[in-house]
Amino acid sequence: MNIPKITKILEVKNEVKDIKTITFNHPEGVDPGQFFMIWIPGVDEIPMSVSYIDKDVKGITFRKVGDATSALYKLKKEDRIGIRGPYGNGFELQGNHILFVGGGTGVATLAPAVEYVVKNKSSATVIIGAKTKNELFFEDRLEKCGVTILISTDDGSKGFKGSATDLAQDILKKENFDSVLTCGPEVMMKILLDSTTIPFQASLERYMKCAIGLCGQCCIGEGLRVCIDGPIFDGKTLKNIQDFGVYRRDSAGRKVRF
Amino acid sequence: MLPLADISTNIGSLPLKNPTMLASGIMDEDAGSMKRIIKCGAGAIVTKSIGLQPREGYPNPTLIELEYGILNAMGLPNPGIDEFGEEILQLKKSKTPIIGSIYGANAKEFIELGQKMEDYGVSAIELNLSCPHAKRYGLEVGSDPKLIQIITSSVKVNVKIPVFVKLSPNATNISEIAKAAESGNADAIVAINSVKAMKIDLDLKRPILSNKIGGYSGRAIKPIGVRCVYEIAEHVDIPIIGVGGILSGEDAIEYMMAGASAIQIGAGVYYRELDIFKKIKKEIEQWMDKHSYKKISDIVGVAHL
Ligand SMILES: Cc1cc2nc3c(=O)[nH]c(=O)nc-3n(C[C@H](O)[C@H](O)[C@H](O)COP(=O)(O)OP(=O)(O)OC[C@H]3O[C@@H](n4cnc5c(N)ncnc54)[C@H](O)[C@@H]3O)c2cc1C
Ligand SMILES: Cc1cc2nc3c(=O)[nH]c(=O)nc-3n(C[C@H](O)[C@H](O)[C@H](O)COP(=O)(O)O)c2cc1C
Ligand code: FES
Repeated sequence: MNIPKITKILEVKNEVKDIKTITFNHPEGVDPGQFFMIWIPGVDEIPMSVSYIDKDVKGITFRKVGDATSALYKLKKEDRIGIRGPYGNGFELQGNHILFVGGGTGVATLAPAVEYVVKNKSSATVIIGAKTKNELFFEDRLEKCGVTILISTDDGSKGFKGSATDLAQDILKKENFDSVLTCGPEVMMKILLDSTTIPFQASLERYMKCAIGLCGQCCIGEGLRVCIDGPIFDGKTLKNIQDFGVYRRDSAGRKVRF
Repeated sequence: MLPLADISTNIGSLPLKNPTMLASGIMDEDAGSMKRIIKCGAGAIVTKSIGLQPREGYPNPTLIELEYGILNAMGLPNPGIDEFGEEILQLKKSKTPIIGSIYGANAKEFIELGQKMEDYGVSAIELNLSCPHAKRYGLEVGSDPKLIQIITSSVKVNVKIPVFVKLSPNATNISEIAKAAESGNADAIVAINSVKAMKIDLDLKRPILSNKIGGYSGRAIKPIGVRCVYEIAEHVDIPIIGVGGILSGEDAIEYMMAGASAIQIGAGVYYRELDIFKKIKKEIEQWMDKHSYKKISDIVGVAHL
């Protein structure tokens, strides 16, 4: 039933400044790329990708950006939140050699997919992009699963100097991959899509309210609901969506250019 | 075997290829979504209710599922009439009628909104006089027969296209209100909007919706809707459009027997996917064939003994 289930926070972990991971009990299955609606009672209910998938425990990893995420940031172990979901389609995880490109908190969405791919004996290269060295997270976690990790920072404080997309374009010239999976700023993902011909999947963010395909708030293109038909879309679909990388809609349904 | 039944219908002067319409507030805030619903077979589309100014709506949680229906308090989010024009203009070529739903606080606002919708090219206007949870709008306007008559007649004299009036089951005197709309020259009555309701979380001891009170829709409210349509049909001569808990062809037929010439589908989109329109169309045809009905108008109101 699509109603928030109240649960106690099991663990709170500081990743880097302004980014935390919260875990909670959730024995039901969740696929990499799916998301939850997280209710912070008295504040808001917001979409968050699953960032940890364990048998009984799931987690989310978020950046403090506004009211709801700041309220969530203040919560401690044992505090209560409401959870509904998982929602959305999740990634299609096929291919022997996969390139992951994560920008900012997008890495949180990709991490469970990377772990899944490795568990299923495929190999992966993961590009983690951030503004600066101090904002990089999940490097250790992904290193542990034995994938190749490449870092990019806008200011060059660590790894490649430039965007994750620039780095990805470089790698794609040198190496053959079966597919590219990405989550990050939409303009970045659009540039990546336009520069490659191999199978492509991107995780999109749109303002969400119902998350069950009724209210129409999250729609893109010709009535594609990011909450149900997405949040993961393939390259072929995205090429036909004029909104992609161009505009999103605010809570009132007004267009906001990226 | 090809169906024998003809499921086209008319709402006064507005012909529909089939009686299934998209209810206001479901996948109808942008042109792309409405195009998709048209492809799913809807006979007409009612837009999200639009006001003069943009409105963000209430904070989440705004919608939850209960055992027998959907509870929502979206809070009338909409981009405002000026920005919404762009969406309607993209549907200019559509052969499926688009009906512009509008909400306002007084007759003056409704007139301006109605005129703008008409300029954008909609086929009819639906006055939302019944939102159960938006302060100053909806119910506070929609339970006063005198006000309903004034608003309806003011919009009527200022636009040429048909004007429908959507009513609330939360008012105690729905047939009196329907009569007031008729005397204001409404072209049709739409009934019902969602039913005022609440859900409390036992662990947190607080209502779940941020607005506390919401509007209930889906399966649970069908008997309320059917009763309202039946009562209204006893009191007015203009066409009625039935809404509330319609999930199947038989639900639609039940509303028609109560007096509805067409029906709208909201929560059903969740329960039976977007192509619920095609599914219900087929089920209506099958029912009519089985019971030897050739046209919709032969069913409308048969339950009035
Ligand atoms: C499918 C999906 C998965 C996401 N996964 C993550 C994640 O793993 N980690 C993470 O840090 N962030 C994630 N986000 C973004 C996250 O939902 C927003 O950062 C959060 O809602 C901001 O709320 P706020 O009140 O703190 O900020 P505000 O100041 O209210 O808003 C900041 C930004 O967040 C957007 N936002 C606000 N409310 C919503 C909403 N209900 N739905 C969508 N966007 C909203 C606003 O449009 C604005 O651009 C995801 C979003 C989506 C749609
Ligand atoms: C998410 C949601 C949003 C709605 N928004 C509006 C609206 O903007 N204007 C309106 O007149 N009715 C609105 N309604 C009410 C529906 O149009 C309809 O009258 C009601 O849901 C009953 O029909 P149903 O049981 O088929 O859903 C909304 C309903 C839902 C579920
Ligand atoms: S959030 Fe309501 S349709 Fe996607």
